[in-house]
Amino acid sequence: MKNNFVNDVTDSDYKYGFVTDVETEVIPKGLNEDIVRLISEKKGEPDWLLEYRLKAFKHWTTLEMPEWAHLSIPPINYQDIYYYAAPKTKESPKSLDEVDPELIKTFNKLGIPLEEQKSLAGVAVDAVMDSVSVKTTYKENLAELGIIFCSFNEAVKNYPDLVRQYLGSVVPYTDNFFAALNAAVFSDGSFVYIPKGVRCPMELSTYFRINAANTGQFERTLIVADDDSYVSYLEGCTAPMRDENQLHAAIVELVVLDRAEIKYSTVQNWYPGDKEGKGGIYNFVTKRAICKGDHSKVSWTQVETGSAITWKYPSCILLGDNSVGEFYSVAVTNNYQQADTGTKMIHLGKNTKSHIVSKGISAGYSQNSYRGLVRVAKKADGARNFSQCDSLLLGDKCGAHTFPYMDINNDSAVVEHEATTSKISEDQIFYCNQRGISTEDAIGLIVNGYAKEVINKLPMEFAVEAQKLLQISLEGSVG
Amino acid sequence: MSTTESQYIDIYEKYSDTIFKNGVAVMNDCRQIAFDYFKDNGFPHSRAELYRHSKIKELFDFDYGLNLNRVKFPTSNNLFHCDVPINSYLCFLVDEAFYLPEKSKLEWDDLAKKGVLIGSIREMAQKYPDLVASYYHKAYGEKMDALVAFNTMFSQDGFFFYVPDGVVIDNPIQLICVSNANLPSISNPRNLVVVGDNAKASVLMCAHSLSNVESLSNTVTEVFVGENAHFDYYKLESTNAKSVSLSSFVLKQKGNSNVLINDMTLQNGFSRNNISVDLEGEGAELTLCGMVIGDSEQHTDNHTVVNHNVPNCVSKELFKYVLNDASKGAFSGRVFVAKDAQKTAAYQTNKNICVGKDAKMFTEPQLEIYADDVKCSHGASTGQMDETALFYLRSRGIPEAEAKMLLMFAFVNDVIENIRIDSLQDKIKLMVEKRFRGESSLCKGCNACK
Amino acid sequence: MLLKLKNCCKFRWRVVSDNNLEYRYMLSIKNLHASVNGKEILRGINLEINPGEVHAIMGPNGSGKSTLSSVLAGNPAFTVTEGEVLFNGKDLLALSPEARSCEGLFLSFQYPVEIPGVSMVNFMRAAVNEHRKYNGLPPMSASDFLKMMREKKEVVELDNKLANRSVNEGFSGGEKKRNEIFQMAVLEPKLSILDETDSGLDIDALRIVASGVNKLKSKDNASIVITHYQRLLDYIVPDFVHVLYKGKIVKSAGKELALELEERGYDWIKKELGENF
Repeated sequence: MKNNFVNDVTDSDYKYGFVTDVETEVIPKGLNEDIVRLISEKKGEPDWLLEYRLKAFKHWTTLEMPEWAHLSIPPINYQDIYYYAAPKTKESPKSLDEVDPELIKTFNKLGIPLEEQKSLAGVAVDAVMDSVSVKTTYKENLAELGIIFCSFNEAVKNYPDLVRQYLGSVVPYTDNFFAALNAAVFSDGSFVYIPKGVRCPMELSTYFRINAANTGQFERTLIVADDDSYVSYLEGCTAPMRDENQLHAAIVELVVLDRAEIKYSTVQNWYPGDKEGKGGIYNFVTKRAICKGDHSKVSWTQVETGSAITWKYPSCILLGDNSVGEFYSVAVTNNYQQADTGTKMIHLGKNTKSHIVSKGISAGYSQNSYRGLVRVAKKADGARNFSQCDSLLLGDKCGAHTFPYMDINNDSAVVEHEATTSKISEDQIFYCNQRGISTEDAIGLIVNGYAKEVINKLPMEFAVEAQKLLQISLEGSVG
Repeated sequence: MSTTESQYIDIYEKYSDTIFKNGVAVMNDCRQIAFDYFKDNGFPHSRAELYRHSKIKELFDFDYGLNLNRVKFPTSNNLFHCDVPINSYLCFLVDEAFYLPEKSKLEWDDLAKKGVLIGSIREMAQKYPDLVASYYHKAYGEKMDALVAFNTMFSQDGFFFYVPDGVVIDNPIQLICVSNANLPSISNPRNLVVVGDNAKASVLMCAHSLSNVESLSNTVTEVFVGENAHFDYYKLESTNAKSVSLSSFVLKQKGNSNVLINDMTLQNGFSRNNISVDLEGEGAELTLCGMVIGDSEQHTDNHTVVNHNVPNCVSKELFKYVLNDASKGAFSGRVFVAKDAQKTAAYQTNKNICVGKDAKMFTEPQLEIYADDVKCSHGASTGQMDETALFYLRSRGIPEAEAKMLLMFAFVNDVIENIRIDSLQDKIKLMVEKRFRGESSLCKGCNACK
Repeated sequence: MLLKLKNCCKFRWRVVSDNNLEYRYMLSIKNLHASVNGKEILRGINLEINPGEVHAIMGPNGSGKSTLSSVLAGNPAFTVTEGEVLFNGKDLLALSPEARSCEGLFLSFQYPVEIPGVSMVNFMRAAVNEHRKYNGLPPMSASDFLKMMREKKEVVELDNKLANRSVNEGFSGGEKKRNEIFQMAVLEPKLSILDETDSGLDIDALRIVASGVNKLKSKDNASIVITHYQRLLDYIVPDFVHVLYKGKIVKSAGKELALELEERGYDWIKKELGENF
């Protein structure tokens, strides 16, 4: 009886699993130096960037895939992946009219407010399909404030000095296996620069979608918030249902200067694979922020419901005195999904603070791990950290794991970690049932209540979406 | 394989005749498997996750001797008494040799009448080969580890304690482990404790060092606790800066058994304690606690694994560290709940205060849970002494130093209060207080704690 | 110029104290300024207290009442930026918190601190013996100490069980306050500061606490009673009532002032002082 409803509740269909019929330009499968050169050439990149890619590629060939995560990753054949796929269009589109109507349909299906008339929603969107940035809305409005929000490619052409100064400064290509891979083959992504003293008046947003088959997506996001500036940034992701696994290895770098603040939110809903665990995205992402300036602040919020395998640790390097790092995460795994996610808070400056809230929800046969590091360096006087990591188990075939690391090298630090693991109690469900709420709705209610602390950190319109997503990824039909 | 390992591999191969000749059959039978493991795996390399904070391999680089010929080092008479004066049955393990003091022999006869077997594992393995063989090295089938393999390859003696079903021993067995060698050397004591169904016993193990040269002890202790049995294991380390102590402790608990482990490190050089517990019968209860008081450059790394393999077991874990000066502490605790281990209750707490400017603390509490109907939690914190409490004490006229001492003492008090033998609890309180006052609590032949 | 003036003021006080004029006061606070985290809370307190007197300090929330008690007891979280406090002729501000206690200053905390693991008996024995050591006396024998504990417990009708527990751990609000007065009875201070001792007490607990305080009153000791409400002053009758507002004593009078405050609130004082105060 009990198992039944859990199965039902945790089943769901992936509503973003359509394929868009757009002509795609790809280059040959596989990865070698020529491919790296070819990607760079396709992009018309300057020599320094090609050099950077080649160095990264050379380094990557010396590395092996990391194995320390609590994940079982089937071997990946890196020679069987297309490293570049672009929707075929004549020229870069100048306005929406020039964008392939199929693409616009895709984005409409995704519910992305790409069109100008949705301006009321106040969201500026940069949409990345497969590897290429398709269209950035609102660019002109933002330009008036001196805010740069464009595709990575454009940034390389138009703001080479800024890109060169910060590219790889937070996540160097030597950082890890996937970072090196990305640095060698990244195709596009978003670039944001908020000038001194400017509060970005709207949410900036990127939607990622992998469309072509056998394609890897390797985008790069770089956000620089200059002194006293503020920006809230959102990314969302979907992919079609395919039987084979697809690789997504992105890099996000955030640079926060004096008294600036970046709020970075993710609603990740890559295709998680089917109920038997076939297909789905391998989401191996390196996200890191550096609070360079005094009193700077970074806040990561993530709602992770998709991907077959997630390997992701959005981190903060708290270098500036009095800087603040926050990490709020909800990770839902169902069926055969696996997630190993968490954060790193590296306290280097004085009086730095960090706050971690992680809520894991596991169902089906999934494995959900929190892995986090709080490090207080020797000179980081007055560091404070509080971590709360909770796990909720739905069903008896899934696993929930917690692996926090606390390295304290300073005697004035106060670091606290609390973790609990529980299941939804039958009493809670019965109480809801007795008040006329179905078991499915009750679980939705309880899960949403459980995740509320994190969901509340998302910008309004996405909080609603995230709530729905949570329900969808756990719901099915109660028989 | 690097030179660190190859020197020991060479010794084993070259002197295996000597090792086997001096050893007893039951122990000899396991040497080859251990050697094969060691040859294939070596010591954990310097980046091994499990030994992140204790670089084991480097410890064995030092030019230690291995006492393969069982040479007896000169011992002085004052060695054979201990004044942690509780009512106990006293025995000694000096380096790697078991001694029973003349005057305790009478007491032991009482135990023998109840069918209790106690003494040197060498002798017991010769007298009761089948009994010893049915437990020896059995806790380490699939869980072999470099330190255990090393011990199994070279060990010649240790402590054996067998309590038959239904026998209750009220006073603890006190095992004093002393390193006494006058040359830098490695000892590999091998202990085996079997507590039968419905039996009750306790062991207090005190580790001391009387030598002023470098010493490394690589102890392996296997404990089997039967159904409904009740067992306490207290370990008190009070050695010195030159002492390296590596300890592997494995416990197998049957249904409805109740076990307490309390691992206290008062003074040491470099210590790494691996504690692994398997709860194998429903209704088993485990209390696993420990404390570390560190100063100067003491290094203490406790690694615990609690495996809930069956439903309805309870484990409570509490470790507390007080770190002064440039001492370093590490705690990693893994709680594993197997797929069908429903109704598990597992609680783990690790709290630490860094008092010294250069003190370092590394904490890794880990929960790995594959069952859904469980109550599991862990909490860890590292911070300083509570400033408001300190002010409160001072405002009542208690000087700052004294107030700090009181607070540090209070901090570790709940670990001490877990001790289930009153006289031992009182004694430990006294020793801990002395320790915090900076007075030596080192048991030099155990005179200090009179 | 300003600097010179300050120096000059200080100089004048020193002359006064050298003339022994200050010595007739048990406590003398002159122009006391103090801040916490860089924010100035006390902005020039002046107060003199003689043996046998009970002074009530009242004032609206945030006026600095608790800061004053913390500063007098030497809480390191507060910084004294200016001023002087003499206690029995000694420079109080130069003393450590424990020396202040041994000199006879007692603070009954608004929020008594819980100290898990430290038993009440050990805690009080340490405190008593430190006080004796300070006064050149030998430590008290265990039996004398326990006898004294028993006697003093009666002052506040403190339950025997409480003494065996850890300091304030798991005590109810009322028990904590009674425990403070019990400690006061044991340490026999010259000057006791009762910081909002009435807060969180029901009427019975209030009566017990107040009667405890009254039993301990003598011609040789003095008290400062810090309170927000007049209620406590029905039981502990003050000789003087001071109103603290924005870090200064803005009004001092006899006990009738407390009744007036109870009736009219603090707004009329604020009005009297004007908006720019």
